[in-house]
Amino acid sequence: MLKFHRIVLLLALLALPALALSAQDSAETLVVYSGRTEGLIGPLLERFTAETGVRIEVRYGGTAEMAATILEEGANSPADVFIAQDAGALGALAQAGRLRALPPDILERVEPRFVSPAGLWVGVSGRARVLVYNPELVAADALPASILDLTAPEWAGRVGWAPTNGSFQSHVTALRLLLGEDGARAWLEGMVANGAVPYENNRAIVQAVADGEVPVGLVNHYYLYAMRASNPDLRAANYYFPGGDPGALINIAGAGVLDTSKRPGLAQRFILYLLGAGAQTYFAEQTFEYPLAAGVAASPELLPLASIETPDIDLSDLSDLQTTLDLLRETGALP
Amino acid sequence: MQLNHLTAYAPRLLIHAGMRCPAPRLPSPLALAAGAVVAAVLLPLVYLVLRALGAGADGLAYLLHPRTLAVLVNSAALTAAVVLAAAVIGALFAWLTARTDLPLRRLWLVAGLLPLVIPSYVGAITLIAVLGPRGLVQQALAPLGVTELPSIYGFWGAWLSLTLFTFPYVALPVRAALLKMDPALEECGHSMGLGRRAVFWRVTLPQLRPALAAGMLLAALYTLSDFGAVALMRFDAFTRVIYIQYTSSFDRSRAAVLALALVVITLALVLLERRASALTRNYRAGTGAQRLPRPVALGRWTVPALAFCAALVGLGLALPVVVLAMWALQAGAPGAGLGLALVNTVSASGLTAGAVGLAALPVAVLAVRSPSRLGRALSGLPYIGNVLPGLVVALALVFFAASYFPALYQTLPVLVLGYATRFLPLSIGSTRSALTQINPRLEEAGRSLGCRPWAVTARITAPLARGGILAGMALVFLSAMKELPTTLLLAPTGYKTLATDIWTASAEARLAQVGLPGLLLVAASALGLFIVLRQSDR
Repeated sequence: MLKFHRIVLLLALLALPALALSAQDSAETLVVYSGRTEGLIGPLLERFTAETGVRIEVRYGGTAEMAATILEEGANSPADVFIAQDAGALGALAQAGRLRALPPDILERVEPRFVSPAGLWVGVSGRARVLVYNPELVAADALPASILDLTAPEWAGRVGWAPTNGSFQSHVTALRLLLGEDGARAWLEGMVANGAVPYENNRAIVQAVADGEVPVGLVNHYYLYAMRASNPDLRAANYYFPGGDPGALINIAGAGVLDTSKRPGLAQRFILYLLGAGAQTYFAEQTFEYPLAAGVAASPELLPLASIETPDIDLSDLSDLQTTLDLLRETGALP
Repeated sequence: MQLNHLTAYAPRLLIHAGMRCPAPRLPSPLALAAGAVVAAVLLPLVYLVLRALGAGADGLAYLLHPRTLAVLVNSAALTAAVVLAAAVIGALFAWLTARTDLPLRRLWLVAGLLPLVIPSYVGAITLIAVLGPRGLVQQALAPLGVTELPSIYGFWGAWLSLTLFTFPYVALPVRAALLKMDPALEECGHSMGLGRRAVFWRVTLPQLRPALAAGMLLAALYTLSDFGAVALMRFDAFTRVIYIQYTSSFDRSRAAVLALALVVITLALVLLERRASALTRNYRAGTGAQRLPRPVALGRWTVPALAFCAALVGLGLALPVVVLAMWALQAGAPGAGLGLALVNTVSASGLTAGAVGLAALPVAVLAVRSPSRLGRALSGLPYIGNVLPGLVVALALVFFAASYFPALYQTLPVLVLGYATRFLPLSIGSTRSALTQINPRLEEAGRSLGCRPWAVTARITAPLARGGILAGMALVFLSAMKELPTTLLLAPTGYKTLATDIWTASAEARLAQVGLPGLLLVAASALGLFIVLRQSDR
């Protein structure tokens, strides 16, 4: 029954695709770990290769999983550049001493509020926190003036949120910094008592709002536009909290160079490319994020960056997630 | 007890073998092979202990925090409910497709086992799309005045989706056991005056115990380690607590302490399973060969049986496939590279199934035939790899490979090791229950006639246990095809699979793009499963 040579042959055949993959190698190669998915950043990497001749080996995964991978890899990490979806993961790597300081000519291209104060990472595109709402269920003028008003009885059981989502947790960290520990706790307790409806992620919230499961939800601004591309009739719109409200945070997707990179010069050149006009226009048009450099304007569908009054906050402080998680657990927002 | 059994037959063997008496103890090359396999898949445990030591008292305090314990109780309740339902459904399904005259048995069988390949997150999404608020069912009922369905979210939603996607773990080994069972025993029962029901409880069920216990253990471990379904169904399960530590606070020490709690639970479950299947002798002891069981005529039960199978296949397979197909139609032309993703998926999973099939054999033989308690205990340890969430196993191997074998890091062998660590128990359980159905006297005869131990395993044990071995390999193949975290973290850079394609599309909120890779996943597994079942039934 065990025709051994046949089995061995079959196994060898199965291994072929991977062998073919490892065979190709060139002199100038940059290894990028990307917490952003291929659809969001892949075309940019291809353009970089086409323009510079530098081959890019890219590994995709969740931002947090990629950061955890880099931490586990230690000194032998093959990665040169880490691209993250939020400032928190970059902050965690910076805190672990895994990022190399960036030169001034990179840091100067972006507003200081979107850059690591220690110069360890730089924001590439901006992601605004908004209240997504279903215009059929709530009139625009009935929306609250502040994120803090969502604990009022009129919003009981009507707000979707994603307590396990990184963007949301970063936002709660910001609330802690802006309102103080007690203020953030009071808000979270109010939300939990008010029956805020938990979802797994932003997309699920936008879908739930469009489906009428809940009339409003706390999300990042761009999911709406990405989902509208496949479904133009999506019954949802974005609302920015006005007047520097804690609800109007802008987080970043950014990049940093690994301390273990053997090609830091090349890695910096790649980050410069991400901050160039071509890449910034790509973010404005393809991902509907806010471009942060090269004077490129955001998509005309969005409220312009200059019109958003963001709360006064240092994004690098958003890396202190442990305290936020403890707070989320203590208030019952998280298991 | 096994030892006594061996020595009891020794005098007769002596006569047959021309006075060459093999010592009745475990052949040591086999034990060495089993030891090496177990050591390889225990790397994550070593990693967890290393990390947990870094957590100190803080980690323990976190583990004993009332909220953590409450979540642990949640997970335990869910696991118990899922396992019970999976056992009943799985055993019934196995019996219907193995021992009755149910029409289209092979078709039902393949279709009924396929929910195994539906990634639990895809399955949960489709269940929500149909049964959730404003889902298809609610929309269909809206004209009748139904404005709200009972909520799909929470315990029962998680229970429904996990039961649908774990009952094949029970059905497959139970079916293999039913096919291998000697019908003479049941007939004996009848001839002694037992009724049908009594024969079932007193003859059939005891013989199925090892297979049932093995399947239930796998269903329990799947439920404990699952993240996708519980997350989508918004059920606060223990894995979620572990994920949060890894992915939002980057606290690997605390995560390790929590994961070690899962390890302890697993060891307890393995002990329980061992007790349930302890040393049952399921093989034919008399002379002559057993014949095939005669199929039971269902008669007026045919229609209910068909309805039962249809409901299972409908919810577990047809529903996700229809939703996937709708998405695929919305998406239009497929993206480039889908073919390569298919080839990569099949080759990595095929390699894993082959490697695991070979690796599980010595461990399973050890579990069944070892005269020493230690040997049998050793074979329970690999179950640890199955209960740990994929992310934990993957990060452990990232740590070991990058630190100690950088040349192998991000290559196919480490990916296969990652899959094998997660899925070896699927193969061990099924192989082991098949081994309990082999009369050790056949192996002893081989030894006494001069066969070396490994040759006995290859030429006598393996062919006789073929059904169970192949069923185990099929389970591994299907599970590896859909495994996501291990693939993302351990695959060679740029190595795309159907699972990573599905992840990319859903992470980018392009649900339509989940359709085609999802359908390909189901189709490829259906084909693989069909081939394996044909082989094992031959």
